[in-house]
Amino acid sequence: MSTWSRFNIVSIIVGFAFLYLPIVLLVIFSFNESKLVTVWAGFSTRWYVQLFQNQALLDAAWVTIRVALISATVATVLGTFAALAMTRYTRFRGRMLFSGMIYAPLVMPEVITGLSMLLLFVAIGFDRGFWTLTLAHITFTMCFVAVVVQSRLLSFDRSIEEAAMDLGATPVSTFLQVTLPVIAPAVFSGWVLALTLSLDDLVISSFTSGPGATTLPMKIYSQVRLGVTPEINAICTILIGIVAVGVLIASVVSRRREAQRVADERAAFAQ
Amino acid sequence: MKSLGSIRRSFAPWTDPTSKPFISFKNVTKKFGDFVAVDDLSLNIYTREFFALLGASGCGKSTLLRMLAGFEQPTSGEIILDGQSLAGIPPYKRPVNMMFQSYALFPHMSVETNIAFGLKQDGMPKPQIAERVDQMLKLVKLEKFAKRKPHQLSGGQRQRVALARSLAKRPKVLLLDEPLGALDKKLREETQFELMDLQQELGLTFVIVTHDQEEAMTMADRIALMAHGKVIQVSTPAEIYEAPNSRFVADFIGDVNIFDGTVSSSEDGKLQIETESGFPIRVAATDAPAVGAKAGFAVRPEKIKVSREEPVSFGTNAMRGEIWDIGYLGDMTVFHVRLPDGKVVKASSLNAVRAVEDPLGYEQEVWISFAEDAGVVLKD
Repeated sequence: MSTWSRFNIVSIIVGFAFLYLPIVLLVIFSFNESKLVTVWAGFSTRWYVQLFQNQALLDAAWVTIRVALISATVATVLGTFAALAMTRYTRFRGRMLFSGMIYAPLVMPEVITGLSMLLLFVAIGFDRGFWTLTLAHITFTMCFVAVVVQSRLLSFDRSIEEAAMDLGATPVSTFLQVTLPVIAPAVFSGWVLALTLSLDDLVISSFTSGPGATTLPMKIYSQVRLGVTPEINAICTILIGIVAVGVLIASVVSRRREAQRVADERAAFAQ
Repeated sequence: MKSLGSIRRSFAPWTDPTSKPFISFKNVTKKFGDFVAVDDLSLNIYTREFFALLGASGCGKSTLLRMLAGFEQPTSGEIILDGQSLAGIPPYKRPVNMMFQSYALFPHMSVETNIAFGLKQDGMPKPQIAERVDQMLKLVKLEKFAKRKPHQLSGGQRQRVALARSLAKRPKVLLLDEPLGALDKKLREETQFELMDLQQELGLTFVIVTHDQEEAMTMADRIALMAHGKVIQVSTPAEIYEAPNSRFVADFIGDVNIFDGTVSSSEDGKLQIETESGFPIRVAATDAPAVGAKAGFAVRPEKIKVSREEPVSFGTNAMRGEIWDIGYLGDMTVFHVRLPDGKVVKASSLNAVRAVEDPLGYEQEVWISFAEDAGVVLKD
């Protein structure tokens, strides 16, 4: 272990402050008694209470959650199939075009994605609302799922699929009994990624949603334009809390699993 | 009771013209783009045979096995199994099972679910599956490991699970793709004999792919030596070693010395060859090439004797040379003897006694000798 030089300590403090000071301030002021965001007037949880009485905000949260769950699930199915096609059928016509088209949304500015979808929905006369919003989210999150699943499939040992077929499993049943269980962790992380992306998307949502389908980020953004209220701080604190707990659980689980795997391997070679 | 060994010795259906082959490759060709992996190949394999496909990597042996399993379709030609053409039959409907080189165990299933997988696909009732799985576990001596996952097993144990899984459905033919490649030498030798016993016990037909000639020689009833998508020779291990049909086979299997030259006389199955090294040699040949033709004589190192004195017995070829290199291997010693023209001849002698009083040393003048029937005449 190297010693803690003064330089190290300073750089760590500055670095963490740079990252977390705004968030810490936001959390602190969410417990502020005063209505003024920048003036501390004592500890209070009244903004949290008020938050749960703000029907518009709760509606927005509910829309966000539903959109995120539906779009992440559909995007995971589509993205997984796209990844399978990309890794399995490497010699079909127009493969380059296909793969380019899957990955384009990753680098495409969101404004353009959002605008093009808006134009499409207007052109085909699809009334904007919950479903256009969901469709748009499926479209832009599925390419992320495809990337995550594809990277897993590249290291997938195809001989286990051959073994399954050799033992009498049809292609469909091979996929369900062997392929899917083995790539499940990647599919699940693709789903979580899609869920997170959908939850906090603002730009594409603004283009593609309609009346009655306001998402939480849209609601927050529009309220902030009228001035930051402690209520906003409160809801942001809740969101931060949810994300933090999620990240913590994920890392604990993966560390446990890793430790278990190491212990198993040691046990295998010990006897 | 007849021992397994005696059954094995008397087993030679390929010599019987009335016996029907169990597996037939008929003019099978497989191309990957422009690359010809298997080239117009015909081959017969008989029931209960332990058949080895031997060759360097890329010779088409694995492709042949994969065509039998159904993972590849022949570009042309036909494969017949038990009187039935396999064309168009998908892998999951073929009565063959394969043991994969990487073992291909299902990582998310325990040892017993891995073994039960094939039985479950057939819709076998649960109690019967459990019974068969127990049998298999006993067969490969893994009863204690039934609940383990593959990553909790050592390499040798995984290999056994793979074997048990591929045998669980009692296939007509078991295909083994480099089954022992990942094991260390000791374990590999043990497993070779276990596989042979198992094959005899279950009375199955085994087709094994290997690049290890010792493995093929030890286990197989017959070996097909392959190169560039073609079968060069199909014979028993002894035949392929003692009577290779070509320079390629002689060179591929074991060590060999080839004396090249021109045939100067040929009578009564005796041939005189004027070798390029300047010595005439007299050899026995059944299918003798014409006088004046180029020919080679292939002799295995252990058939060549190294001695200080000129050998006197009749019908022996002798040459003078100098010891160039000595390799002591424990069970035997390999001498590299350099002839006056610079050709190096390998000769090996068994170390039947522990200490030789006056061992041969480097740069010593010696005689090498071999009998007229110690090798085979190669025409190519």
